[in-house]
Amino acid sequence: MTFDIFLMQAFNGLSLSTILVLMALGLAIVFGLMGVINMAHGELMAMGAYTTYATALLFEKFMPGLKDIYFLIGIVAAFAVTFVFGFALERGVIRFLYKRPLDTMLATWGLSLILQQVFRHVFGPKEVGVPTVSWLQGGWAPAAIPGASFPLSRIFIIALALLVSFGVYLLLFRTRWGLRIRAVTQNRAMAGAAGINTERVDALTFALGCGLAGIAGSSFTMLASTGPVTGQQYVVDTFIVVVFGGVESLLGTLLSATIIGELQSTFEFLMTGSMAKASILLLVIVALYFRPNGLFASKVRR
Amino acid sequence: MKFSRRQFIKSAAAVTTVAALPGAPFIRSAAAADTIKVGILHSLTGTIAIAEASVVDAEKLAIEEINAAGGVMGKKLEVVVEDGASDWPTFAEKARKLLEKDQVAAIFGCYTSASRKAVLPVMERYKGLLYYPTYYEGLEMSPNIMYTAQEGTQSAIASLDWLYKNKGKSFYLIGSDYIWPRTMNKLANLHLKKIGATVAGESYYPLGSIEFASEINKIKAAKPDVIWSTVVGGSNVAFYKQLNAAGITGKTQALCAMAVSEEEASGVGAENLEGFMSCMGYFQSVKNAANDKFVKAFKAKYGANRVVGDTMECGYISVYLWKLAVEKAGSIDVPKVVAASSDLALDAPEGKIKFHKANHHLWKHARIGTFRKDGQIDMIYESPLIEPNPFAKI
Repeated sequence: MTFDIFLMQAFNGLSLSTILVLMALGLAIVFGLMGVINMAHGELMAMGAYTTYATALLFEKFMPGLKDIYFLIGIVAAFAVTFVFGFALERGVIRFLYKRPLDTMLATWGLSLILQQVFRHVFGPKEVGVPTVSWLQGGWAPAAIPGASFPLSRIFIIALALLVSFGVYLLLFRTRWGLRIRAVTQNRAMAGAAGINTERVDALTFALGCGLAGIAGSSFTMLASTGPVTGQQYVVDTFIVVVFGGVESLLGTLLSATIIGELQSTFEFLMTGSMAKASILLLVIVALYFRPNGLFASKVRR
Repeated sequence: MKFSRRQFIKSAAAVTTVAALPGAPFIRSAAAADTIKVGILHSLTGTIAIAEASVVDAEKLAIEEINAAGGVMGKKLEVVVEDGASDWPTFAEKARKLLEKDQVAAIFGCYTSASRKAVLPVMERYKGLLYYPTYYEGLEMSPNIMYTAQEGTQSAIASLDWLYKNKGKSFYLIGSDYIWPRTMNKLANLHLKKIGATVAGESYYPLGSIEFASEINKIKAAKPDVIWSTVVGGSNVAFYKQLNAAGITGKTQALCAMAVSEEEASGVGAENLEGFMSCMGYFQSVKNAANDKFVKAFKAKYGANRVVGDTMECGYISVYLWKLAVEKAGSIDVPKVVAASSDLALDAPEGKIKFHKANHHLWKHARIGTFRKDGQIDMIYESPLIEPNPFAKI
C-alpha cells in the first residue's frame, strides 16, 4: 500500500465514521434517551432525502440562478420537515406508548411500511438522485501528496457531522432545555414533580431525534440515491451503532460509530465488501456477548 | 360428513385423473373463447418494482399493437396482469393462478433469477409457457420457458473479448453479492484466463450497499486497465457518484457495466455516467426502422421523457415472438408453439434475431456503448449474432 492510498483509506474510515454518527445520533436520542424503539428511523432519513430532492426540483424550476446554494437550504428544510413530522408523530402515537417499549417497535414498524408506500406513491417506485452542487463535485487533491484526492462531498459530510454533534452536545449539556431532557429521561415522575412540563419535553426531544435523521438523509443524497425502501438499509446499521455503543450513552454512540467506521473501511480494503460486512456483524455479536449493555454502558443504579 | 370406502376411492380417483391432466381443460376452454387470454406477471410493488414496472409497460404496448392490427389468428388478446410483489412464493402462486384459473395461453414475466426459479416448477407442472425477458446467468433450460434476453455467455464473453482487444489486459471485477454477478464473474475468470488477461481484483458488495470508498481505493491501488462491473440496482448510484468524487471518470478509466442501461441513467445521474461503458443486447439509440417505430410508439403512449432499455425491449419482442409462433403453429397449444419457435426469426428493434434450433434461447447481438451526457448511449461496438450457449464449457 502506497502512502497516498494509506492516507485516503484513513480518510475513508473517518468519513464512514461520521456518516454513521449522523445516522445514529437521532436514534441515540430517541432510542437511547427516551427508550422508544423507532423502526421508522430509516424512513425518516429517506424523508429528509426526499425533502432535499423536492427542494432541488423547486430550485431548478423557480430559481435556477440559485441552484448552487439549494443544498444548504435542502438540509435545513429536511431538518424542519422531519422535526415537524416527529413532533406530530409523538403527539399522535408515541406518547401513548412510553410504558410499552415493545409496542413502540410495532407502531413505528407499521409507520415505516406506511411511509414507504407514501414515498412510492408521491415520488414513484424508481430511485431518485439529486444533482450534486458544483462546489461539492470532484475532490481536493493536495499538491503535497501526489495521487491522493479527498472527495469534497465527504469533507462536507465530516464537517456537517462535527457541527451537528457539537450542536447536540451544547443543547443537551449546556442549555436549560438539555437539562430538562436529561432530567425527564432519568426520572419522569420526579422531573414532573419538580415542575418540568414532561409532555412538552418528550415531544420536542422526539422531534429533535427525527430532525437529526432528516439531516442525515439529506447529506446522503450526495453519496447515493434515494428510493422508497432505502430507509431499510440504513436502519440496521444505525441500530447496530447505537446498541454497540451502549444504548444510554451519546458518547458511546460517537465512539462506536468511530470504531465500526474505521474497522469496516479497513476490512473492506482487506477483503470483499460482503465479507467485511459479515465480519463487522460477527465482531459486534462477540462484543455484545461480553458486554451485553454495549461498550460504553453508563453505570446507573437500577 | 362420512365417506364410505367406495365413495372415497371414487373421488380420490377423480381427483388424481384431473390432476394428471392439468393442461387439457385449459387448452379447450382458451381456444373456444373469442379472445385469447395472456398473462403478465411482474413485480408492481416491492423492491424490484423499480425495474419491472417499466417492462410491464412495454409488454402492454406490444399487446395493444397486436390487438390494433387484428389480434392473433383473428382473436383479440385479453391481458391479465398479476403482481409478483418482489416476493418469490407470490410469483409461484400467481403463476399457478394465471394457468389454473385464468387459463392463459402464455405468460410474459419474471425479472430476477429467483422469481424465475420459483415459477419454473409451476410452469412445468401445469404445462404453461413463460417468456422470460431478463438477461440472466444461464445454466438453465426448461421445456416451458422461452428465454428472450441474453444468457451469461452472450454478454460476458463478447464484452471481455472486445475490452481485452481495445482497452487493456488487466481486469477488475466488482459485483453485487448474489447469483447473477457471481456466475458472471465465474465465467469472466475462466475466460480471462483463457485469453491471457489478468484479474487485478474481485469483490462483492451486499445488494443495496452504499459505501464504495474503500473499494475505490483498492481499485486505485490495483490500477486495472478495465473495471468490469456487475453491480446492480441502487448501489450503482453510490458506486458512480463515489467514483466521480474520487476522480475516476469516463475520461480516465475504462469501465464496462453489465447491468446499467438507459433506464438507470436518470437515477444514477447522467453526469456521473458520462464516458463509462455499458454492454447490453439493446440500446434505445440502435438505428433501424423497427426500433424507430418501437421507441416512437412507447413515447407516444407513456410520455416523451420515458426511455426504453434492454429488458423492456426483450419484454416487447417476447409478445411478438409468441404471436409469430402461434401463427406458425396454427394453435396456442404449448408444445406446438414451442416446436414452432425453433429457428423462428423476428425483425426486432434490436435487429434481426432468431430462436435457437434447440435450446429455447435467442441468437443475440452484444453491444457496447458509452454513456452520453444526456443519459443515452452511443454504440461503439456491435457483435455479430452470438449463438446462445446456456451450459457453456469454457
